[in-house]
Amino acid sequence: MAEIVFAPLQMGFSAWRDVARDCLAAGLEPSRVEWGAPQGLFSAFGVPKPEAPAPMPTVPRRFMQVARRVAHHRDDRRASTLYRVLWRLTHGEPRLLESAADPDVVELRTLDAQVRRSAHKTKAFVRFRKVEAEDGEHFVAWIQPDHPVLPLLGEFFAERFSDMRWSILSPDASLHYDGKSWSLGPGRPRSAAPTHDELEALWKTYYRAIFNPARVMVKAMTSEMPKRHWHTLPETSEIPGLLADSARRVDAMLAMPSAPEGPTAHALVSELDDLASLHEALSSCRGCELHEAATAPVPGRGSPHAPIVLVGEQPGDLEDRAGRPFVGPAGRELAQALEAAGLSHDEVYLTNAVKHFSYAPSGKRRLHSKPRATHIRACRPWLLAELERIRPRVVVCLGATAARALLGVEVRVMRDRGTPRACAWAPHALVTVHPAAALRAKDAGRAAELRAALRSDLARARALARGAPEKEVESS
Amino acid sequence: MSVAAPDIRRKLRVLADAAKFDASCASSGSKRSGGKGLGSTQGMGICHSYTPDGRCISLLKVLLTNVCVYDCAYCINRRSSDVERATFEPEELVRLTMDFYRRNYIEGLFLSSGIRKSADDTLLRMIEVARLLRERESFGGYIHLKAVAGASEALAQRAGLYADRVSVNIELPKDTDLQRLAPEKRSSQIEGSMSAIRSAIDESRSSRRRARAKPPRVAPAGQSTQMIIGATPAQDRDVLHTASRLYAHHRLRRVYYSAFSPIPHASLALPTKPAPLVREHRLYQADWLLRFYGFDVDEVTPSSAPALDLDIDPKLAWALAHRERFPVHLDTAPREMLLRVPGLGVRSVQRILSMRRQHKVTLESLRALRVPLRKVSPFIVTSDAHHGASQLLDRQDLRRRLLPATQLPLFGQTHG
Ligand code: SF4
Ligand code: SF4
Repeated sequence: MAEIVFAPLQMGFSAWRDVARDCLAAGLEPSRVEWGAPQGLFSAFGVPKPEAPAPMPTVPRRFMQVARRVAHHRDDRRASTLYRVLWRLTHGEPRLLESAADPDVVELRTLDAQVRRSAHKTKAFVRFRKVEAEDGEHFVAWIQPDHPVLPLLGEFFAERFSDMRWSILSPDASLHYDGKSWSLGPGRPRSAAPTHDELEALWKTYYRAIFNPARVMVKAMTSEMPKRHWHTLPETSEIPGLLADSARRVDAMLAMPSAPEGPTAHALVSELDDLASLHEALSSCRGCELHEAATAPVPGRGSPHAPIVLVGEQPGDLEDRAGRPFVGPAGRELAQALEAAGLSHDEVYLTNAVKHFSYAPSGKRRLHSKPRATHIRACRPWLLAELERIRPRVVVCLGATAARALLGVEVRVMRDRGTPRACAWAPHALVTVHPAAALRAKDAGRAAELRAALRSDLARARALARGAPEKEVESS
Repeated sequence: MSVAAPDIRRKLRVLADAAKFDASCASSGSKRSGGKGLGSTQGMGICHSYTPDGRCISLLKVLLTNVCVYDCAYCINRRSSDVERATFEPEELVRLTMDFYRRNYIEGLFLSSGIRKSADDTLLRMIEVARLLRERESFGGYIHLKAVAGASEALAQRAGLYADRVSVNIELPKDTDLQRLAPEKRSSQIEGSMSAIRSAIDESRSSRRRARAKPPRVAPAGQSTQMIIGATPAQDRDVLHTASRLYAHHRLRRVYYSAFSPIPHASLALPTKPAPLVREHRLYQADWLLRFYGFDVDEVTPSSAPALDLDIDPKLAWALAHRERFPVHLDTAPREMLLRVPGLGVRSVQRILSMRRQHKVTLESLRALRVPLRKVSPFIVTSDAHHGASQLLDRQDLRRRLLPATQLPLFGQTHG
């Protein structure tokens, strides 16, 4: 009987290596090792200790290099991923790392890339502040790295700032250097760090002066310098002012009237928020004027890991009141079609191309009006952000509006429906009819035809999501 | 001198503002380890911050002075321009660099300058800044000096003793462009400085290999240059020809392209509209094809089509014009041909080569490599999809189908 063994989970490479070595010596397959304490139990770790410490089997040097970094990933799955790869390397697949497309190798590479990026950004984003102490100058920084990477960086900072005394504090750990050697300490709160430095005024002067107002590219900035790091970067206090001022400065410089394309939701969508915070941020969107008349934005709903994302046009009257997509008659129609196609709730995520209800008031009623191209464009960043978080296997565009928003193409739904194509956000994208179309059909025959089309396309999506033959992929 | 002195602030504001149109911000390509003093330089430069124009701040990029006796039409600091002027004392710049570096704001200093009295006089003062940093402050961070056009060759070489990188701007693609817009400059003079720097670099390299007591390194990160695009009618083909000549003759590390943008108080000799940024972006892409993908100028910009296609990248444009060379089979094609497949970068090609020693290359494995399949698939065959998308190759509308769905402004982040 192969029972599960619980292995202690700690940060850092040597802690992981010691446990992994024992697991390997005991012949524990990866599926039998659970990293971390079982819920509620105190010390139920069950990795058998070998009599004499087992030697680490030989593995490629590259694995060791990667493992030293990956052990500093914040997510617990670092330990199991490392162990799975270690197991396979030592059980008949010594050249596993060369299989660049193997799922375990891909996962390892992803974790490694995230740690490396975090280490790189930490090197970049440390901002020292000078403290005059009795025994001379001391430079202190406080920073919040995405992953607990400070231990990896001691040598780097010691070499770079070798003639200073300094400390880098973070919630996870701290680094100290006394002018000779560096050491690792416990995590420290922000309040332990100084709050200002007179040089910062000059640094901000420089930051403002080097900015070129003729080229505003906020997204390029936030993807390299995500907003969640701004609170430890003094110069970012200048950004709102620079942006507010830039249009005026360019106009003044060129003495030409500006031709704005109109605002979009772009600036609000932060690069690395998860789906839930994205939904929260949505409520403050002023990306276009639709928010003015609508009750509230309607975020998508469904599993954040859904293999299929369905994109509709915009919320209707009922959705607007309920704050949930697809709850009205079209929603019922869709639910039936999903059921007929054999798709369960946790397999799909439902959302709309435009997140606010667009309508024309008519007496007491609010009549649905098609969102305009400017609304679709303004709202697109939200849709793309959802897709980037979920990374589905299949995106289904319900109707022409969704297809335009996502694929940037004009489609005739009944002509173009059902043919999978690749798109940047999923391996497969399908266009199909919007469920509301069946409700609006002229006669029962037409309604039945539309219904059947929707169902068969959803069944197609299901097959693709569960791994259909690749032949079907057609490049668009 | 207090760093908070209003005068320092004013100088910093004026002289950083004047330097911001300079494209080259990179601090990469040099290695200098700390040792006794402050600072180190890694192989890969670090961007310490980003401004809302999407550009990286890696170096303190300023002019020593924006006073200038020359009158280059495209330059805001030219003698006839009516701008606020300022000049740093070398000591002030040394202090500023050290103070910024100690707080981890920057990787080092990028210093260029207007021509104050004469080219030699200006370059001497710039060298003095670098010398003080290295010799008195034991500064080990990155220093890039932009040598002044027309300075003596001996001085240009001397700059290399203290700087990681030395550059001289070629300014414009053709000599006739220079004559028209920068009458005091000559391309023969500019290239004279380049070749003097190159020989100083070469000499220091070879004598360091031979000698025991190592003579000092000269510009370990090599030299680079910058060319303004779109200020004159020169075509991309001219631009790339000039670039590849410079790469070959003077062994430049980088040519930076800078899309012309109109300046205040512009001279009448200049266009009133900015050059499209996308053109700059396409030139960088073409430049990469020349240096790392085995293309030559006549392939990327044949005389029949001397301008790059702005809508699609130059590799895709080449592939569409040479469909007879495709599709290529991923299991068997040689590396050089894989590099020519639109959408496959050097890294993906490396991974495919290593993967195919283990197993066949499938569409699924390409997806795991995050290869843009939409773009790649018409040009390839894999053993699991013989009649994949390569039938698209014969379609007239392939170009239109491969146009990016939306033209999002991803350009502008090309240097670094
Ligand atoms: S419709 Fe979209 S872009 Fe417009 S305000 Fe609502 S959420 Fe923002
Ligand atoms: S020499 Fe340099 S600073 Fe002077 S005008 Fe020409 S480009 Fe400008």
